[in-house]
Amino acid sequence: MNFVTPTIDWAALTPIIIVLGAAAVGILIEAFVKSPATRRTVQLGLAVVALAAALGVVIAQWATLEGAGTVAMAGMLTVDRQALAWMSILLVFGILAMLLFASRDGGGAFTELGASTPGSLEEKLARRAGLAVTEVYPLALFAVGGMMLFTCVTDLVFLFVALEVFSLPLYIMVALSRRRRFLSHEAALKYFLLGAFSSAIFIFGVALVYGATTVTNLDMIGRGATMIADADPILLAGAVMVVVGLMFKIGAVPFHSWVPDAYQGAPTPLTAFMGAATKAAATAALVRVMFVAFAPLEWELSWLIWAVAIASMVLGTVVALVQTDIKRMLAYSAVAHAGFILVAFAGLEGEALTALPFYLLAYGLGTIGAFAVVSQVRERAEDGGVGAEAVRLGQWAGLGKRSPLLAGSMALFLLSFAGIPLTAGFIGKFEAFSAAVAGGAWVLVLIAVLASAVAAFFYVRLIVLMFFTDAPEGAEEVIAIEDSALTRTVIYVTAVAILILGILPAGVLDLFADASVLLVNAG
Amino acid sequence: MQSLIWLAIALPLASAAVLLLAGRRADAWGHWVGVAASGAAFLVGFFALIEMLGKPAEERALDTTLYTFIPGSDLQVDVGLLADPLSITFVLLITFVGTLIHVYSVAYMEHDKDRRRFFAYLNLFVAAMLLLVLADSYLLLFVGWEGVGLASYLLIGFWNHKPEYATAANKAFVVNRIGDIGLIIAMGIMFTTFGALDFATVGQLAGNASTTTLTAIGLALLLAACGKSAQFPLQSWLGDAMAGPTPVSALIHAATMVTAGVYLIVRSAPIFNGAPDAQVVVAIVGAITLTLGALIGMAKDDIKKALAASTMSQIGYMMLAAGLGPIGYAFAIFHLVTHGFFKAGMFLGAGSVMHAMNDQVDMRRFGALKGAMVVTWVTFGLGWLAILGVPPFSGFWSKDKIIESAFVGEGWQPWVFGLTALIGAGLTAFYMSRLFFMTFHGKARWTDEVHPHESPALMTVPMIILAVGSAFLGLFLAVGDRFSHFLEPVTGHVEHHEPVLPVPVIMAATLILVAAGAVFAWLKYGRAEVAEEAPAGSLATITARNDFFQDSVNRAVFQRPGQHVTRTLVYADAAIVDGAVNKQARGWASIGEASRKVQNGQVRSYAATMLVGLVIVVAVIVVGGL
Repeated sequence: MNFVTPTIDWAALTPIIIVLGAAAVGILIEAFVKSPATRRTVQLGLAVVALAAALGVVIAQWATLEGAGTVAMAGMLTVDRQALAWMSILLVFGILAMLLFASRDGGGAFTELGASTPGSLEEKLARRAGLAVTEVYPLALFAVGGMMLFTCVTDLVFLFVALEVFSLPLYIMVALSRRRRFLSHEAALKYFLLGAFSSAIFIFGVALVYGATTVTNLDMIGRGATMIADADPILLAGAVMVVVGLMFKIGAVPFHSWVPDAYQGAPTPLTAFMGAATKAAATAALVRVMFVAFAPLEWELSWLIWAVAIASMVLGTVVALVQTDIKRMLAYSAVAHAGFILVAFAGLEGEALTALPFYLLAYGLGTIGAFAVVSQVRERAEDGGVGAEAVRLGQWAGLGKRSPLLAGSMALFLLSFAGIPLTAGFIGKFEAFSAAVAGGAWVLVLIAVLASAVAAFFYVRLIVLMFFTDAPEGAEEVIAIEDSALTRTVIYVTAVAILILGILPAGVLDLFADASVLLVNAG
Repeated sequence: MQSLIWLAIALPLASAAVLLLAGRRADAWGHWVGVAASGAAFLVGFFALIEMLGKPAEERALDTTLYTFIPGSDLQVDVGLLADPLSITFVLLITFVGTLIHVYSVAYMEHDKDRRRFFAYLNLFVAAMLLLVLADSYLLLFVGWEGVGLASYLLIGFWNHKPEYATAANKAFVVNRIGDIGLIIAMGIMFTTFGALDFATVGQLAGNASTTTLTAIGLALLLAACGKSAQFPLQSWLGDAMAGPTPVSALIHAATMVTAGVYLIVRSAPIFNGAPDAQVVVAIVGAITLTLGALIGMAKDDIKKALAASTMSQIGYMMLAAGLGPIGYAFAIFHLVTHGFFKAGMFLGAGSVMHAMNDQVDMRRFGALKGAMVVTWVTFGLGWLAILGVPPFSGFWSKDKIIESAFVGEGWQPWVFGLTALIGAGLTAFYMSRLFFMTFHGKARWTDEVHPHESPALMTVPMIILAVGSAFLGLFLAVGDRFSHFLEPVTGHVEHHEPVLPVPVIMAATLILVAAGAVFAWLKYGRAEVAEEAPAGSLATITARNDFFQDSVNRAVFQRPGQHVTRTLVYADAAIVDGAVNKQARGWASIGEASRKVQNGQVRSYAATMLVGLVIVVAVIVVGGL
């Protein structure tokens, strides 16, 4: 067998290499920097600098990109404007998430010693020694790097590799919560098992597709699918399974079961990162798979898109109505949003390539901001200090009077989720639904609009609770952390970004409109 | 500067934001920031005018698109500003008079602990009003339209610790909302007919639309104008709006906001030119309001309410002119500008009088103030001469032209409109002279504790500047019809029309009526003794004093039936709609509860859900596809 070494366009891969390289350096720092406090500072600095540098390179690549883009690694990767747009979104989410990770409110969100048994003497000793799991920074960098790969890979097998690269660190990090550790462990295990199950479905799908077309390159699959007369059941089954594997990551019904448990159990800063970035990366990959490989199967797959979109919107909204835990409520809202995202795929119109990055940017900023707020509302601990997060909805009553800025920002994020005009969420929904209308799916859009209207109810209910309800007499004390510079920065930056994207969306929309061409290559 | 006209909106808006956000910290200097922002907006407008005058007439309009709100779809929404002779006229009027009133307010509101908030609202108003007149589309105009409504509401109810003031603010807001519905309906029809809402496209396509459509749009716009400009039948809020601090009455409820309706009609000239029926209705509304306002003004003893009635009446004149079509547009705007000066001046004068008289407003307890307040007396006097239309003061040039134009036409219209305008001039002379003489002349009827004194310079200087404008602005703009020519690119060129009566006859008749009105007022209120308590009065007086029972009419015709309809609807809503909604909401909640049971925390059942879902999907697609 004659194996030709592929030429690799290192320049095109620079941003990904920076992020993954920094992650590797981060692991070394764990080994060589002894003091936990110094380690935290060094790791945070390294992570933020690496992500910012990668973002700078992405922007430079955008500015100097010739033609539609660059094909790298023997056709397994394409760096086109669509990929660069998604990468920059992921990098922004990454930087914001790192700042949340580093926040030390009430001892920080992450455990001191991941390997200790909850409640054990070992845990107490670790706490007294001031240990901290600073591995989260390199782990998060690995996740971001994997996600960036995910957005530009054009080969199903490589796509699977990227999927695992970003999933495995997330499984670990979900288990690292400082408080309610059993819940965190349980969530991580569930997420891992179901993730493995979905990976199996995905790779099984890849095998079937390969069986039907004898290729794994997306573009070649597309061409092969066009040539196969009538719908080949093997190809169809494979395509469905590949798409289902990605829908799992987006969190669409009925592949959503992990979402509420993982969102609830994970340390809140990680929930923020996961909710924003995983959805964006998975959507990016789904865009490429649907538009490039499975476009000829559009008619057959449209049933899948419609059914899953409707099921996600309806179930996510309806179940969110009855949630009493704020993180679970936001998790079901995430499920409903997975449905709205899928709406944009109806008809596979070019508009979707502009709408989806915008939608995910708006949604991700809102998610990071909202979970950052959640991490600031705390119970009072027995010793009078800052305790665990106050996640029961009732505990949020009257927050608007005590912390108007915090509650005001939360209200803005919720309004953006609900899609109220002058917030980014409205423009995102408007663009996504326009794409579907252009694809002729106005019935789906009608359902989506109705679901948005119902969903507005539980978002507004929380706003009413925060601003127009007084905390009941004798309720246990809830405190809002007021002096956390890092988290507050993230909250205000996301809030301002949501307003700007809502009032002056044209600039960003124009950029994403430039990104609406997918580079197709046969490798 | 013309392309930077957005600065004129941005500066006061930023100032309003700073003043509101800075809180008490800005109490010491906040008002001067407000004055500076308004002044800077004036400078922007002024330089834009200079630049505009340097260009040939047909190139003076400059439409700048600031940004596109949502690009590239059927509903392309641009945010753009149109700086043309019409809008720049308004910009200068708003910012010039506005800045003077800001300065005046520094002294007038000196002892109010919320002065900073007051200036924030004033700046907000200026920004919204400028947005209204500079917008290049009905949609953006609507944003400004609502903005001035909000600012007006906030300022009328500025002293909302008094419940009746808060009620007045609510009333103004609610009545304005009725007008706003008109604007929304008009925009709806325009969007379906023309597919766009910007003035340029609407103006271009208006010629192709049917007369019926244009009439419908015109009447809806008229409803909007009636609400904002206090025209019949939506006039009831203006009198009550005098609850606001006097500078507010001068700026918003005399010089600028209330004239927005006239602006809307003139700006929509392409619509109205194609809808003669709508134009006649506009003229009729103007004629009714000008008479009604004058009659109310004759009976009021509250100096601010009398001035408010006069404002209503004068705007009636402008509406009448706007309803006459192209021959009237320029004169409507001309009168609007001169009126802005003399009425604002008189309101500031009234404020100065109130300042001297412990905030009393009853003219029956004034009298003989000319000795105590010379500057106020002289400046008010110039405004009075201007509104009477005495040559060569401002009002003469603008009002006389409106009366003349009202006599142009065929059939019944010139006679009805012309004679109404003519008689209106006589009535105006009577009630304004009554106000002037009762306040400044005759015997002092002061209550015991007042000691009238002249106001400080911060108040008198703006009054003096406005008085100079009241005296000479009309003459300056009328020479060689320069103002009409300036507006020509917007209002259109008009051939000269002969009125049904010779011009000298009209002019003579007007002056005779004005003189008669003034003399009659002098005999009754200047020379003769004025009762300190209002006499019972005839039925006509009582009717006018009570604003023609407008509130009772509204209550009987709208409020009571409205309440009955509402009650029925509420009942139907609770029984039928809510019943259904609640039942289905309970249904949804139970579905939610049921789905929660599926989410039982068992990872094996989660995996089973996924698998079942996958199997169903594959089965449907693969088997269905075969």
